[in-house]
Amino acid sequence: MKGSETVVNVDASSPRPSRSPRPSRLRADGISLGYEDVPVIEGLDLDIPDGQITVIVGPNACGKSTLLRALSRLLKPTRGAVLLDGELIDRLPTREVARRLGLLPQSPIAPEGILVVDLVARGRTPHQSLFQQWSDEDEAAVRTALDATGTLELADRSVDELSGGQRQRVWIAMALAQQTDLLLLDEPTTFLDITHQVDVLNLVHALHRDQGRTVVMVLHDLNLACRYAHHIVAMRDGQIVAAGAPAEVVDAELVSRVFDLECSVIDDPSSGTPLVIPTDTR
Amino acid sequence: MLVALSVAAFFLSLALGTKSIPISDAISAYFDRDPDNLNHLIVRDLRQPRTMLGIVVGAGLGGAGALMQGVTRNPLADPGLLGVNAGASFAVVVGISFFGVTGTVGQVWFALAGAAVASVVVYVLGTTGRSGATPVRLALAGAALAALLFALTRTVLLSDEAALDEFRFWAVGSLAGRQPDLANQVAPFIIAGVVIAFAAARQLNALALGDEAARALGTRLGVARGVSVLGIMLLCGAAVAAAGPIVFVGLVVPHAARAWFGPDQRWLIPASVVLGVVLILLCDTAGRLVSRPAEIQVGIMTAVLGGPMFILLVRRTRMAQL
Amino acid sequence: MTTLGLDTPGDGSAPLPLRGVVVRGRNYSMRLDMRAIVVCCLLALGTVLAGLVSLSVGSFDLPVSEVFGHLFGNRTEASEFIVGRLRLPRTLIAAGVGFAFGMSGAIFQALVRNPLGSPDLIGFNSGAALGAVIVIFEFEGSRAEISAGAVAGGLIAALLVYAFAWKRGVQAYRLVLVGIGAKFAVDALVDYELTRADIRDVREAAVWLTGSLNGRGWDEFRTIVLALIVLAPLAVLMQRRLDRLDLGDDTAAALGLQVSRVKLALILVGVGLASLGVAAAGPVAFIAFVAGPVARRLVSSPNACIVPAGFAGAFLMVIADLAARNLLPTEVPVGIMTAAIGGPYLLWLLHRQAQTGAL
Repeated sequence: MKGSETVVNVDASSPRPSRSPRPSRLRADGISLGYEDVPVIEGLDLDIPDGQITVIVGPNACGKSTLLRALSRLLKPTRGAVLLDGELIDRLPTREVARRLGLLPQSPIAPEGILVVDLVARGRTPHQSLFQQWSDEDEAAVRTALDATGTLELADRSVDELSGGQRQRVWIAMALAQQTDLLLLDEPTTFLDITHQVDVLNLVHALHRDQGRTVVMVLHDLNLACRYAHHIVAMRDGQIVAAGAPAEVVDAELVSRVFDLECSVIDDPSSGTPLVIPTDTR
Repeated sequence: MLVALSVAAFFLSLALGTKSIPISDAISAYFDRDPDNLNHLIVRDLRQPRTMLGIVVGAGLGGAGALMQGVTRNPLADPGLLGVNAGASFAVVVGISFFGVTGTVGQVWFALAGAAVASVVVYVLGTTGRSGATPVRLALAGAALAALLFALTRTVLLSDEAALDEFRFWAVGSLAGRQPDLANQVAPFIIAGVVIAFAAARQLNALALGDEAARALGTRLGVARGVSVLGIMLLCGAAVAAAGPIVFVGLVVPHAARAWFGPDQRWLIPASVVLGVVLILLCDTAGRLVSRPAEIQVGIMTAVLGGPMFILLVRRTRMAQL
Repeated sequence: MTTLGLDTPGDGSAPLPLRGVVVRGRNYSMRLDMRAIVVCCLLALGTVLAGLVSLSVGSFDLPVSEVFGHLFGNRTEASEFIVGRLRLPRTLIAAGVGFAFGMSGAIFQALVRNPLGSPDLIGFNSGAALGAVIVIFEFEGSRAEISAGAVAGGLIAALLVYAFAWKRGVQAYRLVLVGIGAKFAVDALVDYELTRADIRDVREAAVWLTGSLNGRGWDEFRTIVLALIVLAPLAVLMQRRLDRLDLGDDTAAALGLQVSRVKLALILVGVGLASLGVAAAGPVAFIAFVAGPVARRLVSSPNACIVPAGFAGAFLMVIADLAARNLLPTEVPVGIMTAAIGGPYLLWLLHRQAQTGAL
């Protein structure tokens, strides 16, 4: 990918190269965000480490989804800038952004009666044009995406008939078919039961492991976040409280600062990652 | 406060018009009547019937709007937007054209029947399904229904020029040129409707929490809704019969009342009735003033003022998706 | 899926069960929906047949052979007047107007994600009607000026609605509600104009407001042909973007669509088509509303089918004109017949939406 060269550029031209030890193609530089006149986030800096899974956690209404929307240029910062490969993301052509960065919104809408394969094929939009509606690459990318998400055998089914977990996998397949190095997922596990949550997160992990993609997700469940994240970003009231590897940053003090929850943190017996256990306060 | 406002609107509507009369004269026409004073004559004999009609119509539309928003739990409910006016219009046109009904008094019954059918349709649309229709979808359904009834109305009118001529003045919504005793004829319906609305207020409060919670609180849903629909039918049908289809009053008034008195229906409904009167009287008076000596009908005034207010409301509220 | 052309998938695995046929060359590849093409051809054929019937029957019946004779150069005096002057232009206008309304309806219904969201129901036609009525009463304009007034009114109304619905992007529900609000205000102004005019003009205006093809000639035909030549290709080009929009605004943006700009373009094309249709035949209701769902059902596609909806609209409109001229003892405006087609469907749709909770 051409990303590696650009990364050098970014670091060379970056005003604060010491901020992050790792290369980062996607970064937020002092951004302020808000809806109407209500500020949600003010002056926030964030670097997304390349090739890793970054998970954003925090209580409801802390601004985590807002931040994700800004990173995918769905929301324009009132101040500061989001940089993709060192360029202002708002200045890049929309299509160009869509070839480098994919996003799965919180509740995407499937048109009534659409087939799985047709939905996934829509992920190819940024690679197509009026005269190039369905190339070999499109076919291959869709096949790979269906394969990677285990939905190839569902290809000719209607999306309406699928279970929640299957449907979420299909949506991820659509984002995969877009073939972007960066993938942003807004709460991909909401409304799923625990089995399917683990299922989807395993899939995300496999994407990182097998294809080296950079993933940014918003998650609700702190323990699952600790298990799957390389880099965890804890937010509260529009501020980043802590960021780093879960084993290094997640402790009882952080949880109390972020969630106002008294707890103890132990090692997850299954994965060795931090496990948050709320203190029994009855 | 509300009473003061309505009294002020009452006398303003008596005083202002093609020939302006000092407010003091309008007041003294009641408390110190002088049979030879021309101004007193105008007030008592010309303007008072019209103002009384405005009171009746305003109370009907305001009350119907509040009831409708309560029973459908839908902030966009309005007799005009949801096609109830269109139903009444269609019935009136049928009355004029097929049954030779002339004069507003005879039209009342047709308007009532049309409003009744349309209210029931709206009620069914707004409440069937698990959670009832979302505000946007109900508004869309109402607009579609109104378009259909409108087309039917046109069909009848095109075959009957006399009906067209009579109807076009009725269709804009106006208090002018009605029979002097019309307000008295319509008032019983409105009074009955207002009484029903007051009686339904407590149940509507329970209904506001959702069907299941309302049932858990011991409300009999069928009764509560049936009574409300009856009230809507009476208020709306009588108001439309008297003044023609006037839009947006039923929408805007309950929102103003809610901003003032909060969501308790026991306050909301009386406040809406009074504010409806105030709004109609003020709009009618304004319509007499803006293009003197000609006048703009009250229905045009409410539509021209209400349209922007509706849009403002839509922009301020966050609503469920389509 | 069948693959025609130069390339076939290299790995020999079964091709993906994608909808449609892919045609590929060296520098291009197209996905063609065969079923949509077949539906379009059948609807076009139906329109032509209905049109031929429409040319031959009426207050004075002309044998089909004579109609054919006229079309292929063998003209008689009777055919010259009845077919050439009266029936041919109005039948062609019916087809053209139906095509424009059908496409416009499909665009709007997809844009607001609801079959009730067609321009004739949520008030995008009201602006055109007001423009025309103002020209009729205030300026006593000619036919051409009335048409211009309709187009101007339609576009101004649409731009205002778009502007007022704008709040960090245009969401479908806000567009619908602002459109409805504007419709009621604009309709009131139309009614106001009607109260100020002489009753004879009012009757004429009422006929116009119902939608009528009576007395339309080659001038109106030129209007509608021009509209279709300019706007139909644009509508076809917008199809792909419209399909992406039904994934939701966020997903569409993530796929590289400039959502607000695309929506504005779609609204302008949709309103342009509807307004020019109104300019030629008046605000005929329910064609835009019915054509989209009919096309979608026939093609059985999850997408909006802009072009098939156009053909469906043309077919329905020609049928409606035929019925309007012949079904009742006296001719009625075509808008009455389209309401007769659309009304029952509307009631059925409302009933079904209420039952399934889609309302």
